Amino acid sequence: MELSSQSSQRTSSTTAVAVGKREQMRNLLRTVGMLPVLLLLVLGFALMSENFFTVQNLSIITQQASVNIVLAAGMTFVILTAGIDLSVGAILAASAVVAMLASLSPQFGMLGIAAGIGFGLLLGLTNGVLIAFMRLPPFIVTLGALTAMRGLARLLADDKTVFNPELPFAFIGNDAVLGVPWLVIIALLVVALSWFILRRTVIGVQIYAVGGNQEAARLSGIKVWKVLLFVYAVSGLLAGLGAVMTASRLSAANGLQLGQSYELDAIAAVILGGTSFTGGVGSIAGTLIGALIIAVLTNGLVLLGVSDIWQYIIKGIVIIGAVALDRYRQSGART
Amino acid sequence: MKPEPGATPILEMRGISKTFSGLRVLKEVDLTVFAGEVHALMGENGAGKSTLMKVLSGAHQADAGGEIRIDGRRLASYGPGAAKEHGVAVIYQELSLCPNLSVAENIYLGRELRGRSWTVDRKAMEAGCVDVLNRLGADFKPQTKVSTLSIAERQLVEIARAIHAKARILVMDEPTTPLSSRETDRLFALIRQLRQEGLAIVYISHRMAEIYELSDRVSVLRDGKHVGMLAREELSAEALVKMMVGRDLSGFYKKEHAPYDPGNVVMRVRDMADGGRVRGCSFDLHAGEVLGIAGLVGAGRTELARLIFGADPRISGTLEVAGKAVTALRGPVDAIRAGVVYLTEDRKAQGLFLDMSVRDNINVCACVPDASYGGVLDRRRGAQRASAAIKSLAIRVASPNINVGALSGGNQQKVLLARLLEIKPHVLILDEPTRGVDIGAKSEIYRIINELAQAGIGVVVISSELPEIVGTSDRVLVMREGELVAELGGHSGREISQENIIELATGAQQIEPQAA
Repeated sequence: MELSSQSSQRTSSTTAVAVGKREQMRNLLRTVGMLPVLLLLVLGFALMSENFFTVQNLSIITQQASVNIVLAAGMTFVILTAGIDLSVGAILAASAVVAMLASLSPQFGMLGIAAGIGFGLLLGLTNGVLIAFMRLPPFIVTLGALTAMRGLARLLADDKTVFNPELPFAFIGNDAVLGVPWLVIIALLVVALSWFILRRTVIGVQIYAVGGNQEAARLSGIKVWKVLLFVYAVSGLLAGLGAVMTASRLSAANGLQLGQSYELDAIAAVILGGTSFTGGVGSIAGTLIGALIIAVLTNGLVLLGVSDIWQYIIKGIVIIGAVALDRYRQSGART
Repeated sequence: MKPEPGATPILEMRGISKTFSGLRVLKEVDLTVFAGEVHALMGENGAGKSTLMKVLSGAHQADAGGEIRIDGRRLASYGPGAAKEHGVAVIYQELSLCPNLSVAENIYLGRELRGRSWTVDRKAMEAGCVDVLNRLGADFKPQTKVSTLSIAERQLVEIARAIHAKARILVMDEPTTPLSSRETDRLFALIRQLRQEGLAIVYISHRMAEIYELSDRVSVLRDGKHVGMLAREELSAEALVKMMVGRDLSGFYKKEHAPYDPGNVVMRVRDMADGGRVRGCSFDLHAGEVLGIAGLVGAGRTELARLIFGADPRISGTLEVAGKAVTALRGPVDAIRAGVVYLTEDRKAQGLFLDMSVRDNINVCACVPDASYGGVLDRRRGAQRASAAIKSLAIRVASPNINVGALSGGNQQKVLLARLLEIKPHVLILDEPTRGVDIGAKSEIYRIINELAQAGIGVVVISSELPEIVGTSDRVLVMREGELVAELGGHSGREISQENIIELATGAQQIEPQAA
């Protein structure tokens, strides 16, 4: 017995490195899972349209993707805890209105940025309080919030469009640093920061723990309410950031139309990125790839002159097909 | 029936190995089975019995190098289809019938008889299985819905389905677990009849009596290896246990730590009650003591532990740990902060994060105080903690990055224990610490408990296994109907014995309340 346990320990230590590598490889495969789909789409569109693979168009794609990337990053936090946030589009509209209204104040126009982000955070916290303390199901809470906050956005804007031709932070939506648009820089910063929080901090571990097994998390002394409050606050805050980005591009905000069905694109990006709806499994890198797939698809189809109607149909099919492919591939790898 | 010398075995598995994520769970196993014998397969949990049978059923692909021969012919490729074609049928513990369909439909499942076109010919199917049902002595009709049958009758339907599909090698995985003794007798008669008819039966069981009664030969697996085979006349309990465990059972339980100091109380529990299952429980736990809490299922032991741990709301009760009163006990967070940790009885549902790595599972609590800048992980410290725990608790895992869901029950339990120990608790409450754990890991867990007591931690062991309580505890509290009714060992003057515990737990023996 002594002997056998010693020898098994030795073999296990020699194979440990190899197995660790293999395990890392598998994790890598899971995160880049959809990367081949993205590359294939880029390749396909580049072959079909000469206008696609140009610096200008790639810049347009990433700018168009940037708001969805920011929203999807927040959605990743939420879905990792096995929750859902249907209200991000409505929060974006309400926060954009608030940001525009604040920007109209004569001296402190720049405060519009803080006002937009802060209002998003406030609405996200409201969701979080209802879910974390009153133990209401996230789907119901954020479904209600989706309607209520849309109404709130219209109320705040007096059901009109708020314009500010002199928007002090218009540079966010229109300027670039060393050729990289501000929108893209912000989106990438959000992705980097999200990665750091999820992978390198205590709250990140706790998010995965709560999503993986909420009861076990509670019995491990994790304050589940704190984690839930955190993820919905992050989602709201990032929706507020998305609002500032959108408003700065348009120099206008409108409670009725702005951000309509943005939540669906954000959810689609997260799911395309391999994050599990049941929580506890997923990554921000995957979400980035998922959001880029959606942006490339939209842009490419427009360039090819595909009608609006068909764009919807094709996008839907690609989302389901890509996830089906991923499931199939992973179930093959498991056995 | 003894196989004739020189006869061709109906089934030969040679050099079968199987590796899961770097861990070899089967190591060159050989198994030879003859027609007309009951071949028993024994081994503790995790020895590889079910993996071997899954290779036989084609559900798992064996590693390269092994071979499977049926009737002496080597099969080049082997999968679920080949298994079925060559007459291998496995009857699992969880039966695989469709309860909403009739007996006949279940027997013909996947091989439905067609009518003139694409319709199902139910009449022909019902007629076609009358024979096999009669042969097996079934007293229900082919038209009967399976949902109306008892477990034993459903088992019979499974066997009928296998026979009807011309099975010649029948694998039964602990078939008697859900059966009453009368049903078991009927099943055994049926197995003998099938043996008489020339079927080969591979019979997996933990119950020694069944092995004696049925088997012609017994193969024993241990740690994924075939360690030996005994013929009927060589069978004895000692020989089998020795082969299964690989060592003597004496010294299995460890109670070698220094006696605790009765003056050094580490946890004082007073008047814990939840208004239902737990009614006013008070006791003291000493540093370096192993305190057993025994009682029947439903006596309220787990509920008491969860109250102490703050996991459930209580209506009364105070807690004092290491001399300090825990004033606000609102949840597990507060208990953990005070130095009390609780190992749940249901590690998969309430303990582990199955999608997370072994390293993260061990660190999920300890990473909080380790962190710097208000929440940035100390990854080096985490890796150190994980590898140190893997070593000191002898967790068998190829790498700390592997998901804990891929581990065996015993190793999962040790991972959970490691997580709790990294908190450096004063008090450790273990709820059924060896449930679903194989014998090897069991003895290691007893060793760990002993070491923890030696290190001065107060350990509470809740267990339904009386030998475990008697073997590990310095003192035992017996719980009955929500109350702590008696103390054994310590200064009580009553002996810690299985008989005493049973009598007190059932109420057969009553102790007058002491004037304290």
